[in-house]
Amino acid sequence: MMLRRIPPWTYGFWAAALMLGVIGLQSGLGSIGPTLTVALAFGAISVLVGTGQMFVIASGPGNLDLSVPSVLTLAAYVSMTVMDRTGGVISAGIAAALAVGAVAGCLNYAAIRFLRLPPIIATLAWSFIFQSFAFNLGGQATLKPPQALSDFTNWRLGWVQVMPLTIMTLSVVAALALAFTVWGRNLLATGQNERAAHFAGVRVGPVRLVAYVICGMTAAMAGVVLSGFTGGAALNMGNTYLMESIAIVALGGTSVAGGQANAIGIWGAALFFNLMGTMLNIFQADAGLRFVLMGILIVLIVAIVPRPEAR
Amino acid sequence: MLDRVRFRRALPVLLPSVALGVMLIAIFSIQPSAMSYFGFTLLFKMAPPLILAALAQMLIILQGEIDLSNGAFVGLVTCIAAIFLKDDVALAFVILLAVMAAYVALGWLIHFRQLPSIIVSLGASFIWLGTAILFLPAPGGEIPDWLRTATAWKPPLLPLPIWIALIIAIVAHLVLMRSSFGVMLRAAGGNPRAVQKAGWSIAWLRVVVYGAAAVLLVLAGLMLAGLITSGDPNVAPSYTLLGIGAVILGGGAFIGGQVSPVGTVIGALTLSLAGSFLSFLQVPATWQIGAQGVILFLVLAGRVLVDDRRRA
Amino acid sequence: MAGAAPAFLSGDGLTKSYGAVKALSATDFRWARGEVIGLIGHNGAGKSTLINVLTGTVERSGGTLTLDGMPLSRWNAVAAQKAGLRCVFQELSLCPNLTAAENTRVLHRSLQGWGWHARATAAIRSALDTVFPGHGIPLDIAVAELPIGQRQMIEIARAFSETDMPVRGVILDEPTSSLGPEATRQLLDHVERAAQAGIACVLITHRLNEVLAVADRVVVMKDGAVASDFVNEGLTRSALLASMGTVEPAKRVQGALTSRGAELVRHDGKDAEDAVISLHAGEILGFAGLDGHGQRERLRTIFDTSVAKGAAIAFVAGDRVVEGVFPLWSIRENLIHRSLKQLSKAGFLSGGQGDALARIWFDKLGVRAPGIHVPLVSLSGGNQQKVLFARALASDAAVIILDDPMRGVDVGTKQEVYALIRAEAERGRAFIWYSTEIEELENCDRVLVFREGRAVTLLEGTEIEHNTIIDASFGTGKGAIHA
Repeated sequence: MMLRRIPPWTYGFWAAALMLGVIGLQSGLGSIGPTLTVALAFGAISVLVGTGQMFVIASGPGNLDLSVPSVLTLAAYVSMTVMDRTGGVISAGIAAALAVGAVAGCLNYAAIRFLRLPPIIATLAWSFIFQSFAFNLGGQATLKPPQALSDFTNWRLGWVQVMPLTIMTLSVVAALALAFTVWGRNLLATGQNERAAHFAGVRVGPVRLVAYVICGMTAAMAGVVLSGFTGGAALNMGNTYLMESIAIVALGGTSVAGGQANAIGIWGAALFFNLMGTMLNIFQADAGLRFVLMGILIVLIVAIVPRPEAR
Repeated sequence: MLDRVRFRRALPVLLPSVALGVMLIAIFSIQPSAMSYFGFTLLFKMAPPLILAALAQMLIILQGEIDLSNGAFVGLVTCIAAIFLKDDVALAFVILLAVMAAYVALGWLIHFRQLPSIIVSLGASFIWLGTAILFLPAPGGEIPDWLRTATAWKPPLLPLPIWIALIIAIVAHLVLMRSSFGVMLRAAGGNPRAVQKAGWSIAWLRVVVYGAAAVLLVLAGLMLAGLITSGDPNVAPSYTLLGIGAVILGGGAFIGGQVSPVGTVIGALTLSLAGSFLSFLQVPATWQIGAQGVILFLVLAGRVLVDDRRRA
Repeated sequence: MAGAAPAFLSGDGLTKSYGAVKALSATDFRWARGEVIGLIGHNGAGKSTLINVLTGTVERSGGTLTLDGMPLSRWNAVAAQKAGLRCVFQELSLCPNLTAAENTRVLHRSLQGWGWHARATAAIRSALDTVFPGHGIPLDIAVAELPIGQRQMIEIARAFSETDMPVRGVILDEPTSSLGPEATRQLLDHVERAAQAGIACVLITHRLNEVLAVADRVVVMKDGAVASDFVNEGLTRSALLASMGTVEPAKRVQGALTSRGAELVRHDGKDAEDAVISLHAGEILGFAGLDGHGQRERLRTIFDTSVAKGAAIAFVAGDRVVEGVFPLWSIRENLIHRSLKQLSKAGFLSGGQGDALARIWFDKLGVRAPGIHVPLVSLSGGNQQKVLFARALASDAAVIILDDPMRGVDVGTKQEVYALIRAEAERGRAFIWYSTEIEELENCDRVLVFREGRAVTLLEGTEIEHNTIIDASFGTGKGAIHA
């Protein structure tokens, strides 16, 4: 079989390339550049959220962070408010957002650990609470980012878009962390077999805590970037990222059963998702059809991907 | 030791019941007039569809799996009801049967290929949502009068939502916990290998479970359509997570084989009452969602405090 | 009597292969009505495979099966059940979330319709009362809530329970591993009674005395085939041991350990009757007793408290799949995981050092595999176990806990590993070694025997011997001593 030769985690890239080709054929080669630019930018934000989610998913079966959208929104509000109050000090805003994300991660893990709740429930309950905070902080209004932040997220050096490039660097760092740091190896060991990890001397608790904290911080960072890129923080800005973050992580080659993660593959899946949206737009496909296709693709890809080991 | 065991077995029902009771007492002390047929009808008006969706989720969790497409499927059913049910009942049922078949087919695929149910049902949720939007791009459509009157019926003695909750709880308990077939469904969740060694087909049991869940979801959708008198693709995404919450609140666990139908029904009642409770307490609208999260934590924390043996 | 009684179930030239591995090769098996067969042999000798083929849970690769003299073509779990064949599997096959009565229902298809629950309760109760009179097991709570011994009693009783399906043959795979002495005696009595009533039994056990007590015939398996087949008349333990090919390990000079090294572990028992454990450098301390009498819990608390204190301790799991193996990783990654700290600087790993460490121990343990980069789960059980040993030995741990690590390991591997453990002890490491195989404990300097959750008897030097350990396990030996 041909499929066996191609590593499953690259499917996203091939599919994205295919989409790009179809778009080029339909609206002319000249449209490829701008389409790719937009897809890279939005894809990068999805990747940022997805990378955090990847660490959590890799930490073991059942681990999932459903609070991602509300953390993203809350952090965006907090950082926009801080930037506004300080008269546009971006670093203060970013620090505030990261703090929000880190606290959210700690709270999520604390509920899992001390209330012994399934992660889905614990992160869901926190997401309600975070959502309320965001609601109180900003209400329905859109909080505008300082000009400098917007400029940064749209900054280009010639052909190169700086924001997606920065996030690509982060993906590489994440991939290296998984392969070459003690924490990364411990995370994957914990994800494969928590009890074996415990008996191999891994302190399972702190390892997982770090995964949740990273997930909170990447979601928070995505909130800041998204506010800058789209012109402000709004209450529903995070909504699409819940399902999307899980889907791109899974399609990008991370095992939902835990213990195996692929930070680079997320890019393929994220680009594919964004380009498919664009392509369906060009063909003026109905929103409904778009969802159906997306769903069928997710199911198909999961069903045909050859898995390393049946657990 | 045996008393402790029996006590722990009663816990799934006990804890959400206490939470439910506390909330009701608080509501009645603020608003004594709520303690009436009409008051109860209003407080629990939206509970029945959630109860049904939660039971569907419970069946899936019983098998050690999870269904993230639960709410989207209910939304799809409301759309099908709002478009077809009034003019052509037969056609509506054919379409409903088709989507139920698709739901069961996905359940079978999960078992047959040993796929992660989280991802497959995530994909399925997009399929149901998309199909619903194809049928009905914006909320609307028309619900036949019989369905509307049925959901607004005022039965004797108790308000309709309470009757429904009671009947569903009793039936679900009898079928799952008392019948010889329910034993097999629980056995398949608790130790599928042992069930297979005893000569049963796990695949067949799974198909039955997914089929039953599909029926419950269709009922939930029809009831919801009658209550909101229209169809809406996005009406029920919260059902997925609230349903999971109700199952866990009712003493269920994700390890498979460990759920309580009565607990789930009470859990669903608790969660749907939480909304009304907060507005009675005059919690500002902006804090209501957050307060729901706090309630979820409080009730679940109670479970941990009492039951220190159940470790993940 | 074996020759006279009509045949119940028999197999000719049964084979079973998994890929290239032959788990069962051309085995003949004859089982007469009402006959009690003792089936013995080392782990991995093919006993479980033979049972799975006989009960239809695994499809045979070759050979013929005959039931009551009629050749069988289709044979699966359902057909075997209809023929009245029951099996108590080694790993408990009850559903933990169900009650005893509900578990009975899973086995008996006819328990349905009105009043099924009452009938199921009656069936399991009468079976329990017959096999284990005075058992006192509650039938209305989930079996997960019961102690392991009671669970095993329910599983055994379920196999003997009767509805409209007949019981004609019962296969008991290590049925007594978690039973107390009284229940064990009751079970053996029942097997004899059942045989007189025409119910045939196969008893698989490591406890040769049980086999000698009840079996009409003893079948010894070795390397996936029947090695010998004795009529149980005037048969002795030593004859059986010899036929199993037990290589008596070279006895080490007992009591040679005069000067002890520094104390590495000191662990108090949970009360005055539970012995304090004191482990010194260079020492091998054995944990013995019937399975499930608190040995594993003690090992775990020792491990956890030592880890919490920051002591250098490692753990070799016997339950590989659940507690040992990282299934997605290669040999190398599995092997070095306990040593990451030594292989890293400021949290970053050095790949080359990892390779080197993995190679050293891969060679030292003689792991049979194409290289250190192949997936661990592609190896045979014994070789996987060697890698888990290597993980502990390659680490900086001064204390190594062995949780019955030789389960499912072939004899050759065992001898290699025993020698390695002794060598490592001589170099100053200390071991705590729990084993369910009594012969294995003769490698220890001292042995603590557990009973009912406590370490109650300490055996030293020449006291470490099969019968003394058995006596102490059942509480009939010498009194409690503190280690």
